[in-house]
Amino acid sequence: MKRVAVIVFPGSNCDAETLAAARAAGSDAYFVWHRDTDLRRADVVILPGGFSYGDYLRSGAIARFSKVMAAVTVHARAGGPVLGICNGFQILCEAGLLPGGLVRNARLRFLSRPTWVRVDQIETPFTCLYEKGEILEIPIAHGDGRYVVDPRTAAELEASDRIVWRYVRDNPNGSASDIAGITNAGGNVVGIMPHPERRMAPASGGDDGARVFHSMEARHATQHVVDVRAVDDRHLRV
Amino acid sequence: MSGFRVEVRVMPRAALLDPQGQAVEHALHALGFGDVGRVRMGKHLVLELKAATREEALAQARAMCDRLLANPVTEDYDLVVDGDTSR
Repeated sequence: MKRVAVIVFPGSNCDAETLAAARAAGSDAYFVWHRDTDLRRADVVILPGGFSYGDYLRSGAIARFSKVMAAVTVHARAGGPVLGICNGFQILCEAGLLPGGLVRNARLRFLSRPTWVRVDQIETPFTCLYEKGEILEIPIAHGDGRYVVDPRTAAELEASDRIVWRYVRDNPNGSASDIAGITNAGGNVVGIMPHPERRMAPASGGDDGARVFHSMEARHATQHVVDVRAVDDRHLRV
Repeated sequence: MSGFRVEVRVMPRAALLDPQGQAVEHALHALGFGDVGRVRMGKHLVLELKAATREEALAQARAMCDRLLANPVTEDYDLVVDGDTSR
């Protein structure tokens, strides 16, 4: 069972669903307020969706400087898994933990509807239970979801297989290269615009998002047996 | 120390699609302003700050833009200090 910190910013609104999704997958999930500086020995950090600070200035621009982000950055730089969903993805880009940025949808409208994404990278802590090429139905709910990046970084993302999910059938927001989600060079920090926590069970419209959360547990279960030891109550990979 | 008024103009990168500017452009054309060419839309911030010199005010404002007010991936900015323009 992994300890999963779900960060709550003023204006987060998918925090409860994200916590419930992590718990449904078997994790020991708990909330961490944005003013906290301690992640309480988290194995995984999730930045949930919503509208932190009312999206003022730019989506994620102000949340990125909240106190807790220093601890999230340390966790990420040490190779700890971090997932940003929707506004969480925007915050990770603003924080420089993921490349590029997310700007106003190409056709301006706020979009709240299902999308279809293909899983292109399964070697991340959040996709290891998917098959490469699998197509998932996961909804989006965003006004600023158009992923933009300079051409050099875009080529680098393609060449190093760091595009984790791509929109298929249609590109709802005008994202470069149909990008719905990416990972950093280390493969431990992942951002996704659609909301996997909203597709956890058939009763909520499908369970295509569930393995994002089950992957966190599965990955640790296999890794920790042999190559991780607890030091000072922290899990260190050795 | 004197007080300075710094205006910050933040614009979407020229290479990026600016759907808000496009929507305004179409609306202007629809209203009969057919001579309007391309419209781009950004943000205008006005800062009041204290600094020893104009140069220092400018340097402070630039630091603010680089850290928070503009996103270098998606935006460019211009600064105007009490009437002077400087990039």
